[in-house]
Amino acid sequence: MSSSYLIRIKGFTLPLSVASEGAMGRTGSWRTFKPVINYSKCIKCYLCWLHCPFSVISKDSSGVVIDYEYCKGCGICYDVCPTKAIVMVPER
Amino acid sequence: MVVLPLTGNYAVAWAVKRARVKVIAAYPITPQTTIVEKLSEMVENGELDAKMIRVESEHSALAAVYGAAIAGARAFTATSSHGLLYMHEVLWWVSASRVPLVMAIVTRAIGPPWNIWTDHSDLLDQRDTGWIISMAESNQEAFDLTLQAFKITEDDRVNLPMIVGLDAFILSHTTAPVDVLEQEDVDRWLPERKQLYVIDPNNRFSLGNIASPKDYMMFRYDIEKAMDNARRVILEVDREYGKVFGREYGGLVECYKCSDAKYTVVAMGAWAGDAKEAIDILRDNGYAVGVLRIRFIRPLPVNEILNYLSGMKGVIVLDRSVSFGAGGQLFTEVSSILASRGRPPAMKGVIAGLGGVDVSYSEIKDIVLKFINEVEDQGWFIKRQEWFMPYEYSFKDYG
Repeated sequence: MSSSYLIRIKGFTLPLSVASEGAMGRTGSWRTFKPVINYSKCIKCYLCWLHCPFSVISKDSSGVVIDYEYCKGCGICYDVCPTKAIVMVPER
Repeated sequence: MVVLPLTGNYAVAWAVKRARVKVIAAYPITPQTTIVEKLSEMVENGELDAKMIRVESEHSALAAVYGAAIAGARAFTATSSHGLLYMHEVLWWVSASRVPLVMAIVTRAIGPPWNIWTDHSDLLDQRDTGWIISMAESNQEAFDLTLQAFKITEDDRVNLPMIVGLDAFILSHTTAPVDVLEQEDVDRWLPERKQLYVIDPNNRFSLGNIASPKDYMMFRYDIEKAMDNARRVILEVDREYGKVFGREYGGLVECYKCSDAKYTVVAMGAWAGDAKEAIDILRDNGYAVGVLRIRFIRPLPVNEILNYLSGMKGVIVLDRSVSFGAGGQLFTEVSSILASRGRPPAMKGVIAGLGGVDVSYSEIKDIVLKFINEVEDQGWFIKRQEWFMPYEYSFKDYG
């Protein structure tokens, strides 16, 4: 649970929790491949933003930006990118 | 009062309609199919304002109505046998999320070998999932239980899902007169849906996140607490229903002529009706016999079993299912409760009617009479189980 308290309604403890950033730890350290955006190829279609299962891609004036603190490097953004503007670079 | 000739399955569908269910999802499986077939007809012709979701499996069917229920909709599904087993995982999700939801189970044998007839193994396989589990004796009771299930599950003190069980074909496909009540009367009796929480995009939370061992234990403790509350709620709803609509069944159990009985037959489901006929004949022959019909196997009617059966000379339990290596589930549960207090009655479990084998009232009469004679001859210490299978078999040995 992200919170140190248990949510209780009408006397019953419920398996609910309030979502908060980093509740599951800094998952960026799990990465073996890092998605890197080539902005000259990005057409701002936002497919990567839509498909990211961890919501670590946000919209930005430059197009999209990846939060590497939490990106697990699953490569779905790389897979859906229609212009191959995302490349997967091995982590050292 | 609106009396219609209905099969058990159609009676369930009518109760779902009367409860103004908003979301239904199901995958067809014999003998449940005609419940959702009737419901989809009702949705199609505008009689029932509900969304019918077509899914690719039973696992998805329960998952779909689970989502709808969390979002605040009164929801319903139905299944049998292998479909129910395939749903099994999601049953735990629903109960542990504390979401009111109602499901009809038309009890059917589990394969292999393939068999579509009644057997309580599929229903009893769900005993430990945290669902309230009931079993009807008649089409009318299948209607009444389904309707009551919405009120029981949505009660503030409960918030657990409920199964309404009915025997394959004996009830599901057999027509009998059923009072389906007036819609206005049901609307007055059944309040708007209530639940502990509703998914709301403006007030975000996550459900079922990882929990520490000690937190997990608290969630489980509260399910048990809710089950305990359900005992009282089931009784209250039964009494209130009796006052408003004129049909009261007795709560967790129905006691038929067992108050002055020395011997009692314990049974669950449609064949409890045959047991009643059997003991009527035995009573005509001077035997003080009664029937304790289990209406709810979860929560287990512990106090009722103790109150009604502790003072009996003999208790015989009919099981239409078997937990391999332990015997009939009803017998093991009833006998363990009785053995916990004082000197227990003589107890015997009889496993019969598996895979839809027809067990007539006269066979039940013979089974009970044999037990009475055994106890009279051998005393109170009897505690054993038997398989009732006086059938002709022919074998061909291949090795």
